[in-house]
Amino acid sequence: MLNQLTISALSGKLAKREVSAREAAQACLDQIARVDGQIHAFISHDAADALAQADAADKRIAAGDHGPLLGVPIAIKDVLAAKNQPLNCCSKILGKFTSPYDATVIEKLKAAGAIIFGRLNMDEFAMGSSTENSAFGTTRNPWALDRIPGGSSGGSAAAVAADEAIATLGSDTGGSIRQPAALCGCVGLKPTYGRVSRYGLVAFASSLDQIGPFTKDVRDSAIMLEALSGHDRRDSSSVPQAVPNYSAALNGNIKGLKLGLPKEYMIGGLDPEVKASVDAAVKQFQSLGAEIVEISLPHTDYAVATYYIVATAEASANLARFDGIRYGARVDGADPIALYGNTRGQGFGPEVKRRIILGTYVLSSGYYDAYYLRAQKVRTLIRQDFLKAFEKVDAIVTPTTPTAAFKIGEKSDDPLQMYLSDIFTISCNLAGIPGLSLPCGFTKSPKLPIGLQLLGKPFGEETLLKLAHAYEQSTPFHKEKPPLN
Amino acid sequence: MSAVQIDVKYVAHLARINLTPAEEQKLSAQLGNILGYIEKLNEVDVSGVEPTAHAFPLVNVTRADEIQPSLSHADALRNAPAKAAGLFIVPKIVE
Repeated sequence: MLNQLTISALSGKLAKREVSAREAAQACLDQIARVDGQIHAFISHDAADALAQADAADKRIAAGDHGPLLGVPIAIKDVLAAKNQPLNCCSKILGKFTSPYDATVIEKLKAAGAIIFGRLNMDEFAMGSSTENSAFGTTRNPWALDRIPGGSSGGSAAAVAADEAIATLGSDTGGSIRQPAALCGCVGLKPTYGRVSRYGLVAFASSLDQIGPFTKDVRDSAIMLEALSGHDRRDSSSVPQAVPNYSAALNGNIKGLKLGLPKEYMIGGLDPEVKASVDAAVKQFQSLGAEIVEISLPHTDYAVATYYIVATAEASANLARFDGIRYGARVDGADPIALYGNTRGQGFGPEVKRRIILGTYVLSSGYYDAYYLRAQKVRTLIRQDFLKAFEKVDAIVTPTTPTAAFKIGEKSDDPLQMYLSDIFTISCNLAGIPGLSLPCGFTKSPKLPIGLQLLGKPFGEETLLKLAHAYEQSTPFHKEKPPLN
Repeated sequence: MSAVQIDVKYVAHLARINLTPAEEQKLSAQLGNILGYIEKLNEVDVSGVEPTAHAFPLVNVTRADEIQPSLSHADALRNAPAKAAGLFIVPKIVE
């Protein structure tokens, strides 16, 4: 079954002409037809367009072209612009929007010969931790259909876990790649802020957002990161720093690397099975030659509160553009103010309204210093915690989430409880550092994936990938598949 | 942690979001709860701490002022909810 292959395995077979890109694309399309009725990872996909791209890749292969992504089917979160494909951010407010241009990451993947197909489900405007906030229905976790896949990139994680794509793209503002990767049992990577261009990514919180890959193993994550990274003149926050050959770092040698274990992450709400798996992973790293060092990130407890000021403030500004004038759906009104209010009142879902209003409040006259400015200062302290820790260690190891996947509906009426489920992933975005989640075990009953998070120094993705790869190759968890009928 | 009172109707107007009375009531309770939680930031001593706007500040990012390819007129208008004669149509602004 070609759809079950990793990028590296599939591209090996394509290069040897054992299989065609068309067969690989068709295998993914067949799997979508077979399982996506239950999972709903995709909100739409264009099979004819995917096969046409596959045929173009096959022509390139026949002409002697080669490359790690040539002919590889990759599906996209519905927050990235792909020319002439729909783009909805899983919101009603974008109406029948189709992208007039390619995001930089899409341009790069297309140039590498990848087959860019499908629109993956997500929480509306990437705001949520369960994919229940989508205007296009809820995605189900392939490991247990009554549970959430995580969010906001729930469709991206579920599609990889269910072998509906070889790899996918997502975006991560407070954990939206790592948390669903953990809950669905795949590898998710949030690069350093500035590593990957965000041109063509619909902005949620501009000082936090990054694009990153979901893959079936760590090697694929390295391949994807190498393809996505680099400076882009169209995104002034992208950093002009050389892109390493990330795959070359995967040599298994982690002897002497120092791994920090933050004491603040072993909190009360941590599920005992998650804790046991993370403890076992730490022992495994030790047996592979890494040195474990206890560290302290003293401002950890303030990360969620800081995040929900910074992120909502930025969102309230970024989402001002959805006003029914230049694109998307419009609900008329007697004057422009009424038109804006009607369009936004009816176009946005409850979580997006909640966050825009919160963000507007913390920026409003009389409250700015008390909320927004204070949060930016606490953000400085959170970032300094990490930079101090990285003077002593090469990377930090934590659980990705406090529990395995929760049930659909379990937290949807309590936004604060939902926010607190991101407690381990949020600091990484505030500090701007890279983070990776990979499988480190399963709960017993029901059997649900558990994720291990590795946090690295700014632009320290090579070390993260090297550590993750050494761990993965010495454990069986990434080989397990969900029980789909 | 205690709930904070917030005038949701006024803030929603600032954000240009028309809410139903039921939404106003629900949001008022939820936002009060969230803001109550956020109050914990007052425990932190931030005296002398500089604010962080971006994790890796790149200052004065400039480029040469050269003409580059951009969206065509037709592409810029293609998703417009109302258009005519190559323009966006909006409600009357000036009497």
